[in-house]
Amino acid sequence: MGNSRKLVFRRAAQIGLLCVAIFAFLGAGDENARFNGLGHRMMCVCGCNQILLECNHVGCNYSDHMREELIAAINHGDNDDLVLQAFIQKYGTTVLAAPTSKGFNRVAWTMPYAVLVLGLGVVTMIVRAWGRKAVALREAAGPTDPAMEPFRDQAQRETEL
Amino acid sequence: MPQLGSFAVLFALALSVYALFAGALALLRPDAAGERLGETARRAGVAIFFAVALGALCLVTAAFQNDFSLAYIYHHSNRDLPAPYKFAALWSGQEGSLLFWSLLLAAYGLVLRLRHNVDRRLFAYASVIIAAVQVFFLLLVNFAANPFAMMQGTLPADGAGLNPLLQYPEMVIHPPMLYLGYVGFTVPFAFALGALMMRYPGEKWIHITRRWTMVTWGFLTCGIFLGAHWAYSVLGWGGYWAWDPVENASLMPWLTGTAFLHSVMMQEKRGMLKIWNMWLIFATFLLCVFGTFLTRSGLVSSVHAFAQSSIGNWFVAMLALTFAVCVAAFVKNRSHLQSENRLESLISRESSFLFNNLLFVVACFTVLWGTLFPVLSEWVQGHKVTVGPPFFNRVNIPVALLLLLLTAVGPLLAWRKTSFESLKRNFSIPALAAIAVAILVIGFGMRPWAEQSAFYSLMTICLSVMVTVTVFSEFVRGGRVIAGKTGKSLLAAMGRLAHNNTRRYGGYVVHFGVALVMIGLAGSAFNQDKEKEMGYGGKMDIGAYTLTCRSYTQDDKPNYRSEWAILDVTKNGKPLTTLYPERRFYKASQQMSTMPALRSTIQEDLYVVYEGVNEDNGRPIIRVHLNPLVMWIWIGWLTMVGGTALCMVPNAARVPLGAPAPARATVAAEAGD
Repeated sequence: MGNSRKLVFRRAAQIGLLCVAIFAFLGAGDENARFNGLGHRMMCVCGCNQILLECNHVGCNYSDHMREELIAAINHGDNDDLVLQAFIQKYGTTVLAAPTSKGFNRVAWTMPYAVLVLGLGVVTMIVRAWGRKAVALREAAGPTDPAMEPFRDQAQRETEL
Repeated sequence: MPQLGSFAVLFALALSVYALFAGALALLRPDAAGERLGETARRAGVAIFFAVALGALCLVTAAFQNDFSLAYIYHHSNRDLPAPYKFAALWSGQEGSLLFWSLLLAAYGLVLRLRHNVDRRLFAYASVIIAAVQVFFLLLVNFAANPFAMMQGTLPADGAGLNPLLQYPEMVIHPPMLYLGYVGFTVPFAFALGALMMRYPGEKWIHITRRWTMVTWGFLTCGIFLGAHWAYSVLGWGGYWAWDPVENASLMPWLTGTAFLHSVMMQEKRGMLKIWNMWLIFATFLLCVFGTFLTRSGLVSSVHAFAQSSIGNWFVAMLALTFAVCVAAFVKNRSHLQSENRLESLISRESSFLFNNLLFVVACFTVLWGTLFPVLSEWVQGHKVTVGPPFFNRVNIPVALLLLLLTAVGPLLAWRKTSFESLKRNFSIPALAAIAVAILVIGFGMRPWAEQSAFYSLMTICLSVMVTVTVFSEFVRGGRVIAGKTGKSLLAAMGRLAHNNTRRYGGYVVHFGVALVMIGLAGSAFNQDKEKEMGYGGKMDIGAYTLTCRSYTQDDKPNYRSEWAILDVTKNGKPLTTLYPERRFYKASQQMSTMPALRSTIQEDLYVVYEGVNEDNGRPIIRVHLNPLVMWIWIGWLTMVGGTALCMVPNAARVPLGAPAPARATVAAEAGD
């Protein structure tokens, strides 16, 4: 029973991971989607701190021109990396709305996941270690009266926060 | 008036210094003389409020009297500024907002000191700690950012005016709410640190601070959502959250504060996680101060930040000193924080709280990390990078989904240990409901395999449904038991159930509110927008809507000039409404501001922005956003506030529902409750 349950859990986890991976790496390739995607990966550099396609300043000296440049680059057939590189060359690294995944910038992306994984590991270890201690203590204390269980449950329900 | 205000804040500083040192001395002398000294310190603490309130009153009066001899009033007001905004000028600038912070802290301190009979010694410790924080802020107000500083040279005839973005009704209440949240966390921090310093026996201090913490959390929640609503209504970019450093600064203490509200239940109920809880509340307070530092130091660039100034150094010193005091108190008294129980099972309420806390802290770390990474990058690489919405969304959405999953599962887990069968039994209905909704949503046309955002959106909706079903099943299950025993209707029984344990069921209502907010956020994956120049009779289609430009015109008011368009809106060809998107030019500050026109329904928001005019032909340029489900966010927020309010209602006196179980008291005592 225990093994089959573990197997079901493992299968479910594998299927879940597969679904996440499939959906995470899917993407659209048409030009509108590319314009939209790239435009949301860059900032307007006028100082408004807004995503390029969300800058709403009419007559902004930067965003209108940058959008035109983006359309031109896409129409020219440049791939995404080339387009972004051209913008970095012209406007500096702060034009990208998020750090790249190269060099030191990789740390920006990995650190939160590393902390999450580390934290999950530590919490799981703590729970397991404490669980083993609690079982040992309970066994040392001897068996409890099964007739008391309903009352213990009732007390627990009624005092629950 | 300025002299009186200046004297009042100086006098408040003197009182704070006295309350700090006399209070601390009294704590070291446990005799009658010490008690008398402590009482004088308490009274000085009470008087701080009146002195700071007088200072604030003087500043507001100066704003209403158009006293531009004060530099602060000159920079943040003008003669034609409407009265509510003159009042709001108190917190619209660096100096005034620090005075306002001091005022709120003094108000919290006043309530605390008037309630000192609850536990005199613990309250005396808390009072001294609050006085110490008060000294810091009053030092700033008196010596680093004085709101009563005078103008140099010739007096100007009119003021420079308030920032146009702040001239909006919500800005009159958003900052006070946010500040009430920020400042309010000083109180649980003071109680926690005081309890640690005096090695307070038992968990009574947590019971004492529970309402303080919830009130504070409620204010911070309101402040954050009001800020989001203000951004949505005024900034004109069609969104409500941009992961701006100042927004992040308010989110960080909210995340750790929420973690604290959950984990503190483990300390109350099982005597566990004492060290963790202590550090969570320390961290929450430090993050509140850090957030204030972030907005005022110029460390990171933000559209919301106050002007750069030298007060950043003061905050660094304050943060370092507070952290050192916390570490010293912890090292000296850590033996007092031994856990009384151990976790017994991975599938239990306790472990769900542990994982929930982990996720909250990771989310907080991610926000902090992303906010500070540009600074770190500049140190390491020599150039800044931008860490904007793509980073925060990509990293935080999975964490938020895990949190939502725990919100759905957690309430179904029993304390100590839950059997797999019990979990399966309780969880099957919420899980089936989520699957049914997923099928329904895909049937209506959502394609989660087409885009990552659609996939996340579907997951969010499904998990939110799970949370909702879990919450309602808890109400219904408990309600049925009461209805069966009392003969009341199910609805009345559920009401009684909630009144019997307001904290638990208020918490569930908050969870339901969170689910509604998450559904609202999920809608953003399907936002659409369009921009078009519209002359007379010009049309623009978006979704099922058609906008027709009936006219465009201009107006001149004392405070601003404005231009707006009149747009008739039809949906599927049927007339719906008329919208008036507007753009204003504020005369005093010489700044532009947009006033988007909004038609909000439960299904979607039609959000129209007057972006300006084409200078060649004078036609307005209109941008339209179609944002699905935004109203759910605001309804969810109000539900969260309602749930928080329910948590603070005292429990109804228990009435026995049936024959008392034999040996009930003995069993309850045996269970350790």
